[in-house]
Amino acid sequence: MTASTVSPGSPASPGTPRALAGPRIGLGAWLAFGLILAFLLLFLIVPVGTVIYTAFVNETGSLTVGHFANFFGQLVFRESFFNSLGVALASTLFASIIAVPLAYLTVRFEFRGAVLIQTLGVLPLIMPPFVGAVALQLIFGRSGSVNLLLDDWLGFTIPIMDGLVGVTFVESIHYFPFILLNLVAAMRNIDGAMEESALNLGARGWRLFRRVIFPLAMPGYLAGAALVFVKVFDDLGTPLVMGVTNMLAPQAYLRITSVGVDDPLGYVISVIMIGFSILALWLAARVMKGRDYATLQKGGGALQKRRLSAWESVLAYGWIALVLAVTLAPHVGILLMSFAQVWSFSVLPDAYTLAHYATVFGDASGMIGNTLLYCVLAAGLDVVLGTAIAYLILRTRLPARQWLDWLASAALAIPGLVLAIGYLRLFKGVHVPFTDKLVIHSWVLIMLAYAVRRLPYALRSCMAALQQVHVSLEEAAQSLGASRLSSIRRVVVPLMAGGILAGFVTSFITAAVELSATLLLVSTESQAPMSLGIYLYMQSIAGRGPGAALGVLAVVVVGLGTYFSHRFVERSRVTTSTSTKAGA
Amino acid sequence: MNKASLECRHISLSYGSTPVLRDINLKIEPGEFFALLGPSGSGKSTLLRLIAGFNQHQRGELLVDGQDISGVPPHLRQIGMVFQNYALWPHMTVWDNVAFGLVERRESRDAIGGKVGAALDLVGLGDYARRRPAQLSGGQQQRVALARTIVIEPKLLLLDEPLSNLDKNLRVQMREELKNLQRTLGLTTIFVTHDQEEAMTTADRMAVLDQGILQQVGSAAELYDYPQNRFVAGFVGTANLLDGQVTAVDAGGLDFEVHRLGALRLPPPAEPLASGAATLALRPHQVSIVAPQDATDALRLWLDGQVESAEFLGEFSRYRVRVGELALLSDQPHFAGVPLFAPGAPVRLGIDPRQLRLLTA
Repeated sequence: MTASTVSPGSPASPGTPRALAGPRIGLGAWLAFGLILAFLLLFLIVPVGTVIYTAFVNETGSLTVGHFANFFGQLVFRESFFNSLGVALASTLFASIIAVPLAYLTVRFEFRGAVLIQTLGVLPLIMPPFVGAVALQLIFGRSGSVNLLLDDWLGFTIPIMDGLVGVTFVESIHYFPFILLNLVAAMRNIDGAMEESALNLGARGWRLFRRVIFPLAMPGYLAGAALVFVKVFDDLGTPLVMGVTNMLAPQAYLRITSVGVDDPLGYVISVIMIGFSILALWLAARVMKGRDYATLQKGGGALQKRRLSAWESVLAYGWIALVLAVTLAPHVGILLMSFAQVWSFSVLPDAYTLAHYATVFGDASGMIGNTLLYCVLAAGLDVVLGTAIAYLILRTRLPARQWLDWLASAALAIPGLVLAIGYLRLFKGVHVPFTDKLVIHSWVLIMLAYAVRRLPYALRSCMAALQQVHVSLEEAAQSLGASRLSSIRRVVVPLMAGGILAGFVTSFITAAVELSATLLLVSTESQAPMSLGIYLYMQSIAGRGPGAALGVLAVVVVGLGTYFSHRFVERSRVTTSTSTKAGA
Repeated sequence: MNKASLECRHISLSYGSTPVLRDINLKIEPGEFFALLGPSGSGKSTLLRLIAGFNQHQRGELLVDGQDISGVPPHLRQIGMVFQNYALWPHMTVWDNVAFGLVERRESRDAIGGKVGAALDLVGLGDYARRRPAQLSGGQQQRVALARTIVIEPKLLLLDEPLSNLDKNLRVQMREELKNLQRTLGLTTIFVTHDQEEAMTTADRMAVLDQGILQQVGSAAELYDYPQNRFVAGFVGTANLLDGQVTAVDAGGLDFEVHRLGALRLPPPAEPLASGAATLALRPHQVSIVAPQDATDALRLWLDGQVESAEFLGEFSRYRVRVGELALLSDQPHFAGVPLFAPGAPVRLGIDPRQLRLLTA
């Protein structure tokens, strides 16, 4: 062997795997774990389990697949099944066609339209899809503004709002932002060097996009696309409002409300919806597995931006203008409708009035109050649960802590309709403790349904926030004498505040427009929240004005909420960036 | 002021089946400034975190002033730790950061005010109390972290790579300040570093760790002059390490057969030595270098070689010289006007056998 000359001074790096905060699992952690598990079991797993179980047993209680045979034996159900599947797939496709070019434009090119696209990304989301459907009917419907103009000028009409095509149209417009937002985030994380080395090796233009950039952004695209599929497949409000009943969700709703909570076919439909939701999310997760490329290196730049040529600008702005016009249509429509005295068979309303708003504030103030009550409580519960689960997962070594994440995230695959059916079935005849009131007649159940359905969003938000808080910030508190609970209260939660608030707002605004669970769980009119109010108003021609006014209020509430949640996230980024800088 | 001793007895720790610390035995005296030195992955940070209570050893005892604190949770240990990234809370002012531990101890408002002020004055940041950590420089942040820790009057002060986030000039200055602060407070202090120069210039004594095993404990000079094994010889300072066989030991000396070089006759060893594999360690400055025609003395062993490369470092020049199949480093003090040997030049290397150290581990 040659004489080795060893010179020390290898660069510092945390060589050993960082142990999580505490050496042992405290009683408090177990207690929190138990409580959360009990909550998830009682209000998510067992109700959904009941639904699945009911779909597989006959009257005598023995297992059977007879209900499924019965289901597929009937033409209307077969048709509903294929309609739902077709609409969901088509909506995902059209949403992709809208979203992918927009995402590419924002990330790759330097132009003023980027701000517009940012706005595009949120605009559709702040309007409940079933409200948008009504408004789009007025603009693009058979006798809506656009077709009236087309008929006058060119002598033909486009029946884009009819039947399944109409549902697909409304859903694509409403849900494309899920793909846009996820894809933009994924593309922003691609290191510019990835592109540069591809350029360096001779790939350009379309081939560069197809072979390097899109594959790298694939996880983001798939996450968004799977979400769109699931949302459309499970949506109840939009088809109902548009009068389309030959789809799965409306069929399940009609069976349960007309035939009764014991009708097995409603459960069969529920199981099919859960099955396809899980399948879609699982497929996306499976394809993405091991491919979560966050390639942005320390000190690396993002993808290079370049200027658009004149021709490209025309194309880009043209596309943006088109999408923006269509996306804004429901907002404009609903606004006009809320001020319209009469609006029928005309391009614009004939006369304007404020009467609808007066009606809404007179009649529906209870609904606004209900929405605030349910959604504040549900969102509050979500962030408490979300923070606790995030902490248990990221900062303790509880053996089964990952289960909490899986269980809570499972709610993503459960349609509101199915959860509501599960509640009705599970709590049938059960009284609220110490009273003679039925559980299913209590508004608390509505609130809990909201909370369970929105928990995955709040949980993601809280997890992201906690990941930003370096473990040493908490350990420093402990080494200075703060107990686990005290360090959480004085250090961890304040530093997570931005993310927690964002989670709260997301839960709040999405719960405020939840319709499917609401439709089934509201037992008296005095319990109705705004979302149900809008739906009920919209059922009659006379109620459309007040319905629209209530819709505008909902959009304003949701819009403001979205704006503030963005602000919170931005602010928390500023505070935590100082701690990560020190951690570099 | 608190002056506690620390003792590790047979401490072992593994993550799953990966051993991280193996049977660590260590005693640190009250008031000592002690360094844990080792490359990344050696287990030094794990050991420090274990003392703070953030890692739990599976075997062994951890004694502070003779009392086993193994099961005590971190917040009850009264052991202060300054983190590598300082871990200042960005949502609190400098004052609130420093006051944190006192608030946890439910001290009175007046007492907190006095102690926080004194601690900030001690680190020279009395005027910065109302600032946020983000408004401070790296060195200032480090001082806040120090103030925050010493204000609770810990029994032990732990520093995790305290200087690694500072640039070079600041590092030397902070090193002095840390040393002075430790002398003033008399706190038993343990710090972790991968930088042997930092450890040698700052610590009273140090422990060298590698692969979870404690290699040697001692003062800087002891480790440098009398390394007990190959690793310590190579890690503390720079060394030429020549592997070979002890072929014969007699009263007059011993024969050492260096692989691919040949036999060397060495003076008798201080401790009894058996034949077998061993390593010869010698520092580059102990290898003198002369032109082949220059006079040589009989005190040294002389080897003929050829210069491979030369690095001019100012105070001295470092030559890499090929001797047979080996390459040896030789440092020569530099004086103005003395020309360097050019690469390729034939030279003779002189080794003083009394300066050699024979390692059997």
